[in-house]
Amino acid sequence: MSSPAASRIPSVSPTAPPRSFLWTRRIFLTLLTGFVLVPVYVMISSSLKPLADVTGKFRWLPRGLTIRPYIDIWSTVPLAKYFANSLIVAGAATVCSVVIAVFAAYAVSRYSFRGKRVFTVTVLSTQMFPGILFLLPLFLLYVNIGNATGIALFGSRGGLILTYLTFSLPFSIWMLIGYFDSVPRDLDEAALVDGCGPLGALFRVVVPAAIPGIVAVAVYAFMTAWGEVLFASVMTNDTTRTLAVGLQGYSTLNDVYWNQIMAASLVVSVPVVAGFLLLQRYLVAGLTAGAVK
Amino acid sequence: MTTATEVRKPVHKSSPGAARHPRRPGRIRRVSLPYLLLLPALVLELLVHLVPMVIGIVMSFKELTQFYIRDWGSAPWSGLDNYSMSVDFNAPVGEALLHSFLVTVGFTLLSVALCWLIGTAAAICMQDTFRGRGLLRALFLVPYALPVYAAVITWVFMFQHDNGLVNHVLHDQLHLTDKPSFWLIGDNSFYALLTVSVWKGWPFAFLIVMAGLQNIPKELYEAAALDGAGMWQQIRRITLPSLRPVNQVLVLVLFLWTFNDFNTPYVLFGRSAPEAADLISVHIYQASFVTWNFGTGSAMSVLLLLFLLVVTGTYLLLTSRGRRAADV
Repeated sequence: MSSPAASRIPSVSPTAPPRSFLWTRRIFLTLLTGFVLVPVYVMISSSLKPLADVTGKFRWLPRGLTIRPYIDIWSTVPLAKYFANSLIVAGAATVCSVVIAVFAAYAVSRYSFRGKRVFTVTVLSTQMFPGILFLLPLFLLYVNIGNATGIALFGSRGGLILTYLTFSLPFSIWMLIGYFDSVPRDLDEAALVDGCGPLGALFRVVVPAAIPGIVAVAVYAFMTAWGEVLFASVMTNDTTRTLAVGLQGYSTLNDVYWNQIMAASLVVSVPVVAGFLLLQRYLVAGLTAGAVK
Repeated sequence: MTTATEVRKPVHKSSPGAARHPRRPGRIRRVSLPYLLLLPALVLELLVHLVPMVIGIVMSFKELTQFYIRDWGSAPWSGLDNYSMSVDFNAPVGEALLHSFLVTVGFTLLSVALCWLIGTAAAICMQDTFRGRGLLRALFLVPYALPVYAAVITWVFMFQHDNGLVNHVLHDQLHLTDKPSFWLIGDNSFYALLTVSVWKGWPFAFLIVMAGLQNIPKELYEAAALDGAGMWQQIRRITLPSLRPVNQVLVLVLFLWTFNDFNTPYVLFGRSAPEAADLISVHIYQASFVTWNFGTGSAMSVLLLLFLLVVTGTYLLLTSRGRRAADV
């Protein structure tokens, strides 16, 4: 992009790339940036357009700017309620998933025990189940548990939290195993010698040393829960509806309020995208140290 | 995923029979502790994935229509009826399933190939520092970070017939088509789905490959450069071979995610996808929830799972053998 070839010449690296590579790179990255940015631009610009601009022919430049859609979205559908539901569900699922994954990954990384391989294989293989395979059985299971014990899982936020945390769990455990493996064992053995219990060693030594990996896992878990559509559309009711389903409320209005749809999409995206971009360094570092090693 | 643990540590693999992990005796002090630590993860995975999967398999042998949904245990057994109906490719149900399966295979292969190609190319392009690299990296990750429904709804808007951007550019500005096309119905919907899927999926490949590249020692490149290897040769001889273990997992994960993807087609097309883009997840969802025939839907899901098991097993077998041979 903004990498004039001239700025590279002073670099004395023996691996200075040739011109052909620099040009290919510049063209490729420019095209790719366009591909990535066009939908983002459409989302932002359309959300600021008056209704006439989004119902007629598409216009690259808005005729006039208005923040009206951002005011109307809250009353067209109960967006604030969906927002709160999504925050509760994704937040709780993330916290639980990370804590459980830390325990499991610690066990796998630091202990040898019978059934370790069976455990890792079983947990990882759940990743390949098509969601559709267990959607209906899970629905029946939750209903039956509710009937038998009175614990309302179906239609409640609790059931959704439970479901979502297992979605991110396999990847989280897998990534944290790799990450914990890279924390020197001498560290937690020293802590054990100093009189910490195994859990003390975990929380005082291993977890602090693996913070980037844990942050990465948390980001992943939150995004998974925030964006899930299939289970949210079956397992929620009017009071527990999350954004994933709630946003479809605008599209039943057909192509009349596209500016509001874009505004709402932007509003629900900002928290995750901002969080992700702030923490993406950790994700890359976590992947480097953990999963892909 | 059977060999996932070897995949991460190819080093151990090269000496199979020899002491795998020299265990210090003091570590197995309390046998029950690791099990306690694993318990929550295990219970939850059992509750949400494995038990429902078993229930699903049982359901696939039952005649589970809407009449029995309140009390599914009382539904009559139907033997292999659901399966024979699903794979009878001369009857409408089987024919539609086969069609949907083939569409999904084609779509998945194209999508994974493109995601991998773009992701790898971008990661290699951004391997060394240049001005604006950090910003560009953040930008590239935006499609991955956006919630699926928000991103896909934007594409739905762009693909609109009358007021969408795609027709405006292709028809009004570039005059490539005689008249505005329909993108979300008819044959074009396949390309619309593919575009959205690649747009959404390639940053994940980019992210993983980028992380993988950081584990390649710089000395390798320097040595190659001293030996007179050019940039392109370095990419072919060092970068790509070094990425092999990463790619092995990445391609498999991309494949499974794309094949099972429900969110993208569901938000893009709604409950009933056009025939050209009738992905298997949505197809089964529709077969179960629209026609209320859960037995057949379950049988289709089980067949899908079997297929994925076979593909994953074969894939891991082939790629691991290839790697072992390469290691020697």
